[in-house]
Amino acid sequence: MRQLSVILLFLFAFSPALSDDVESVVAKLSQTSVSLTTGFAGSKLSVYGAIKGVGDEDHNLQAIVTVTGPSAPLEVRKKVRTAGIWINGRGVRVESAPSFYAVATTGPIRDIITHTDELRFRIGLDHVIQLVDAPNWVNDREEYRRAVARVRADEGLYSVRNDTVDLIDGALLLTEIDLPANLVEGDYEARIFLLRDMRVIDVFSDTIEVRRAGIGRIIYWGAREYPALYGVLSIVVALIAGWLASAFFRTFFPN
Amino acid sequence: MNIYLPIAEVSVNALVLIGLGGGVGFLSGIFGVGGGFLMTPLLIFIGIPPAVAVATEANQIVASSFSGVLSHLRRKTVDIRMGLVLLSGGLAGSAIGVQIFALLRSLGQVDLVVALCYVIFLGAIGSLMFVESLSALRKAQRGGGRITRRRHTWVQGLPFRMRFRASNLYISAIPPFGVGLLVGILAAIMGVGGGFIMVPAMIYLLGMAVTVVVGTSLFQIMFVTGATTLMHAIINQTVDGVLAVILLVGGVVGTQIGVRVAPRLKAEQLRILLAVLVLMVCAKLGYDLVSEPDEFFVLVQGSGGH
Repeated sequence: MRQLSVILLFLFAFSPALSDDVESVVAKLSQTSVSLTTGFAGSKLSVYGAIKGVGDEDHNLQAIVTVTGPSAPLEVRKKVRTAGIWINGRGVRVESAPSFYAVATTGPIRDIITHTDELRFRIGLDHVIQLVDAPNWVNDREEYRRAVARVRADEGLYSVRNDTVDLIDGALLLTEIDLPANLVEGDYEARIFLLRDMRVIDVFSDTIEVRRAGIGRIIYWGAREYPALYGVLSIVVALIAGWLASAFFRTFFPN
Repeated sequence: MNIYLPIAEVSVNALVLIGLGGGVGFLSGIFGVGGGFLMTPLLIFIGIPPAVAVATEANQIVASSFSGVLSHLRRKTVDIRMGLVLLSGGLAGSAIGVQIFALLRSLGQVDLVVALCYVIFLGAIGSLMFVESLSALRKAQRGGGRITRRRHTWVQGLPFRMRFRASNLYISAIPPFGVGLLVGILAAIMGVGGGFIMVPAMIYLLGMAVTVVVGTSLFQIMFVTGATTLMHAIINQTVDGVLAVILLVGGVVGTQIGVRVAPRLKAEQLRILLAVLVLMVCAKLGYDLVSEPDEFFVLVQGSGGH
């Protein structure tokens, strides 16, 4: 059932309404791949866009840029006070939540896009965190959804920043998106929505490949694929380090 | 100088990690404790996920304890026979502990149980150590002779007696096995070597000769944390190689300095300091458990069952 609705949504999304208007947007991202090396300390993604087919006096265009990281299910637990201490309560499964989600706009979302289009294109935190089947004991489902948004925002992984997209003469689009150091691996989708009269008139999308690189990649791969060997190697490295230190000190600082 | 840890998936300052490793290694060299009981909570405080902190810390303790054991072996202050009995208990305990840890992880209660274990054990050991060393210090100041501690308790009545020459003991193998077992379980759940429990137990419960306690404890810790590392790597895949290596560098150097400095220090005063440190970590963890959290919700990746 949900699949069907997704398909319908897509049909809706690319219905003729989009092509009726002449304006369209093309863009270039400053990077389409990010390497998570051990030295990775976050990065900035610049988006340069051009709007084609602008009418003479028509400068009423707005834009929304989103970057969405790979989605995964989550479990959310609320701390409850039991016998004086705070312990994790029962888990609520969130079907899907992006590991990263950044929204940049030319103005307050409410003022530049209709609620219908927000839903249709799944723009904004309310629409990317899917919590469909909350268990019966949950009184306030929204509370859990908001918690995901809040916790991830605190970690710098979710952000909604209004007025951070520059639209110059309705022809040139510029914005920057912060990619924090705690990114996870995966394909990130950057989308640019061009809007007029609160309706989406064109969408541009591109993919950013975020991958572990260097030593970190080898270590991660080893830990997953050959856990026993990885464990043994970890111990061997530890023993060598311990022995080296002991030998070094015995040689240079005999007591 | 920030560094991205591949398994923990967080970016932390490498210099802070080296400093932590060195400081904790120093204490470990002086007291013959692995130092994990300080390091694991400190790692969690700086933002390493508890599951990764526990497993990786076990790996680091392998290095610092091996480094310490080498020095002690050279001085012949290791009771290998006693060490092996403690170890057999330790390995069994470690196997049980890693399973408990995996279960807790799937229940989403790792943080709580780890914190609770810390509060209970650190609180008890810290207080004991504090009171002990305070009274020892008072006695030393009054100029009284050192009391020898060779109590006859229920420990003496048990079967399977063995002779431990280096420890100057002829006791049942059951108590050391039991001590080892308990320490092994804790090693896996708390990411500690367990020296802070084993050392007092060896002195007060088993009545071992004080000279061999530290070396023997490190001997057992080295193997148990090795086994724990291996099992965490296989079952939970939470050993972070990069984090481990950074901690090692600081840790092994700190340990060596500690081992050399220890004989020149006033042990009783140091013991008070260690006790205070232990109680402070305990207080912080305890406070975090009872105080109202800033954020009531926690997110657990993956939601188990796979």
